[in-house]
Amino acid sequence: MAIGLHDSPFKNPVIRWVDQRLPVFTMMQKEYGTFPTPRNFNYFWNFGALAMINLLIMIATGVFLSMHYTAHTAYAFDSVERIMRDVNYGWLIRYVHMNGASMFFIVVYIHIWRGLYYGSYKAPRELLWMLGVVIFLLMMATAFMGYVLPWGQMSFWGATVITNLFSAIPLVGHDIVIWLWGGFSVDNPTLNRFFSLHYLLPFVIVGVVFLHVAALHITGSNNPLGIEPKGPQDTLPFHPYYTIKDSVGMVAYFAVFAFLVFFMPNYLGHPDNYIPANPLSTPAHIVPEWYFLPFYAILRAVPDKLGGVVLMFGSIAILFVLPWLDTSKVRSMRFRPIARIFLLLWTINFFVLMWVGAKPAEGHYVLIAQIATVIYFAYFLVVLPALGRLEKPLPLPESIARAVLGPNATLGGGPVPGAVAAKPMDKA
Amino acid sequence: MGGDIEVIAMAEMVTAQGASQGAGQPEATKRDFLKLTTTAFAAVGVGAIVWPFIASMNPARDVLALASTELDLSPIAVGQSVTVMWRGKPVFVRHRTPEQIAAARAVPLSELKDPATDESRAPRPEWLVMIGVCTHLGCVPLGQKPTDPTGDFNGWFCPCHGSHYDTSGRIRRGPAPSNLEIPPYSFMSPTQIRIG
Ligand code: HEM
Ligand code: FES
Repeated sequence: MAIGLHDSPFKNPVIRWVDQRLPVFTMMQKEYGTFPTPRNFNYFWNFGALAMINLLIMIATGVFLSMHYTAHTAYAFDSVERIMRDVNYGWLIRYVHMNGASMFFIVVYIHIWRGLYYGSYKAPRELLWMLGVVIFLLMMATAFMGYVLPWGQMSFWGATVITNLFSAIPLVGHDIVIWLWGGFSVDNPTLNRFFSLHYLLPFVIVGVVFLHVAALHITGSNNPLGIEPKGPQDTLPFHPYYTIKDSVGMVAYFAVFAFLVFFMPNYLGHPDNYIPANPLSTPAHIVPEWYFLPFYAILRAVPDKLGGVVLMFGSIAILFVLPWLDTSKVRSMRFRPIARIFLLLWTINFFVLMWVGAKPAEGHYVLIAQIATVIYFAYFLVVLPALGRLEKPLPLPESIARAVLGPNATLGGGPVPGAVAAKPMDKA
Repeated sequence: MGGDIEVIAMAEMVTAQGASQGAGQPEATKRDFLKLTTTAFAAVGVGAIVWPFIASMNPARDVLALASTELDLSPIAVGQSVTVMWRGKPVFVRHRTPEQIAAARAVPLSELKDPATDESRAPRPEWLVMIGVCTHLGCVPLGQKPTDPTGDFNGWFCPCHGSHYDTSGRIRRGPAPSNLEIPPYSFMSPTQIRIG
């Protein structure tokens, strides 16, 4: 091997030539080919890969939408209608982008829930988890600004209400809002900068996803048992085992996605967004997109403006410190009989917040939102810190291989139940 | 890889240097001074370069120039309201009835969340001029049209999160923190105003 060249294992001369100078093939082989992955993943582990694909779909459809979209208050609404009616397959590209945003949040919510249930946020994966929360925040900002672009009534009034949240900041709040708007109300300068940032942020997300995956490949994946693999008998090479498992999930994902796009493309949206923006008339009932509803409910649960804003941002910020709030050493809820019940209650409560966020903020809805807000925070601030001390976890299995292959599983032979196990044994 | 080894070697040199300095002289060195001043200058430089970008997002000169709107009051009958646009926002102009004025002036200041007399808000009592933007999160309150709900205080009602304003546009109930804002305006003649 010549000095300064990477020692490439590839035989194909072209691949080898490149790999010696820029070992991307070696890297792919290491990180996605032979990468040792716990052998006991369930389908919850599909959602990271699905999120990555969803991000690529958003970028691809977004780039093509931008070829026809006009970021000006006088033309934006009409340019989107033109995409729908006149541009070849414009309806398809827009409906994929629109419903892709919803699919993205469905996938990421399940992905986050997986982390909550199996304790993936705990040491040594704290930073990996925090990078995930950063991605979630960036996604919310991107989706919010994207929803403003078609310049319908909900675009305009959603943008007005959300940017006005910043006016709750003491002293400088008002100046910040003017700065965000680039004027004295949500108007053309606002639409222009939102388009610019809506185009930019997904690429920032790509960068943070890269860090997220890089951190993952240092610690390795968690798994449904929440115990670390102890050796080759506990893992499988990523390819072909999980490339195939991910593909199965992908087929299901595309089926749901296609059903939304082709049979109910506007089901998750709000009809008022097909009315052009009118700064003089607020719709009777402003609702954000479904994926923001739980946080919107928390905002409105508090009768004080600043308090509501603080709690709303706090409800996401608390996820950053979750690794330190949960004091239990046991990761997977499978072995936490009490915490598991609380997490399921918290999950139901999340849907209650989502439901009440879409209701008018009056009467008993306010009370429901307030109770649900308390439950949301109590899980993180009271239940998890306390249970780490009070709860007696179930006994953990000795190893992943023992747990999934039965007590007789041994490294080099012996009765191995099921043909699935044969292949990795050969490799290991 | 070659690159890695070089980086490690350099890192070692740097730590070795630091260690020998640190061991010999615990007090500040000339190098510390140079590092600090260089960093400080770099920070100022970065700030100076970042500022134009931040400032570029503030309202541009043409946006600031659209600052005034004129309105002829003569066609507005007693009890009637009109809405005009000023700086992209609705401005409510109401020709108030004597009852509305009396109701607004009868309220003791102690009952108000954001105390302000009606006299200070409407120097010419029959004309109330306000920015029609809810001080909560910016919706346009209802109450301009005769068919609109006017809230519990017969003024304006914001449907977004339920803020009630009285006949002087003062916040009386709901999440909004302050009264509807009064824009700068002046009477150019008894029947003509300029807003802004
Ligand atoms: C994280 C990824 C992204 C998310 C979550 C997202 C979300 C959204 C949403 C919710 C809308 C409003 C759809 C509607 O109701 O009409 C939208 C519109 C739009 N987006 Fe994106 N987007 C993403 C990436 C991108 C990228 C990378 C581009 C450009 C390269 C882009 C360009 C556009 C354009 C031009 C529109 C306006 C057309 C329309 O409203 O259909 N998006 N986006
Ligand atoms: S914006 Fe008017 S009550 Fe919230």
